[in-house]
Amino acid sequence: MDERSPEDGVVLTEEQKRRRRARSLAIGLALGALALLFYVVTIVKLGPGVLVRPL
Amino acid sequence: MSLTSDGTEALVQPSTADVGDYLALMKPRVMSLVVFTALVGLVVAPGHVHPVIGFTAILCIAVGAGASAALNMWYDADIDALMTRTARRPIPAGRVQPGEALAFGVTLGTGAVVVLGLLVNWVAAALLAFTIFFYVVIYTAWLKRTTPQNIVIGGAAGAFPPMIGWAAATGTVSVEALLLFLVIFVWTPPHFWALSLYRADDYAKAGIPMLPVVAGPNETRRQIVLYSVLLLPVGVSPWLLGYAGAVYGAVALIAGVLMVALAWRVYGRTGAAGERAAKHLFAFSILYLVVLFAALLVEGLGGFAGRMPA
Repeated sequence: MDERSPEDGVVLTEEQKRRRRARSLAIGLALGALALLFYVVTIVKLGPGVLVRPL
Repeated sequence: MSLTSDGTEALVQPSTADVGDYLALMKPRVMSLVVFTALVGLVVAPGHVHPVIGFTAILCIAVGAGASAALNMWYDADIDALMTRTARRPIPAGRVQPGEALAFGVTLGTGAVVVLGLLVNWVAAALLAFTIFFYVVIYTAWLKRTTPQNIVIGGAAGAFPPMIGWAAATGTVSVEALLLFLVIFVWTPPHFWALSLYRADDYAKAGIPMLPVVAGPNETRRQIVLYSVLLLPVGVSPWLLGYAGAVYGAVALIAGVLMVALAWRVYGRTGAAGERAAKHLFAFSILYLVVLFAALLVEGLGGFAGRMPA
């Protein structure tokens, strides 16, 4: 069934590509949410101190 | 899976998992109960927690529970494949490869503990780490396949979340948190043994020494009654000791009596009627835990509102 040579490596089907894209998207969203969480918690923990900084 | 002609097929296995398969690795239904009981522990604890910090704590506990579940499914893939209840889980169904589940679980578990420690406090983080370790190593890898007391001792893992919530709020663990732990700890055996009564064939097929498989259904029914009777005073104890109000006391008393009554019905029946009684007890046991903790939550929120300046 195969005219591909071994150098072609693994060729993903369309369905596998769609799922890989969905996984990548989920990882990206999770990382973005984590960054946002650290940002918000930093502000909450510093409180008004967020404005206090050396000139 | 196309490179079959030249014998190189085992070299590379592209992941075929969908996002949903990864979510299934985290056992979302178990996670919801973990989130709920942890939230109650957080809310009833004394003192004020900033909502963002509280949210972060619950998120980390939820992800930690998901990590435990993924590692559990990684380790148990061989026996999950043998049981009808678990055969459709992502790994035995072939949708997620074992290595993927292992990496997913280790990453999430480490991340949850570190984030909880950095953003909330390290007492809660240490408890979360211990819970994951206890569930994966002590329960899954050791007790589950070796002793019929597996779920009695392993139940501690499921009992920790409210204590972690409490520790997230206060930075320490006290008697009240211990009582919440105890309620879930004593609740777990009748809950799981009710399930195992009508899944005994499955467990026997997979070689798991669940109580009905090892000691027989009659001994299991006896143990279910014993633990349900023990659960009644334990469930009421937060009220008896003055840590919870009358609303909780009444709810715990009524739910506890119903639990004993349903356990008694399991005790007296065999065959199809016995299976029906066991299913009733299993379903009610979940409701039992939910209403007890919901009562604590309502009282906790009420108490919190009462402390607010008018």
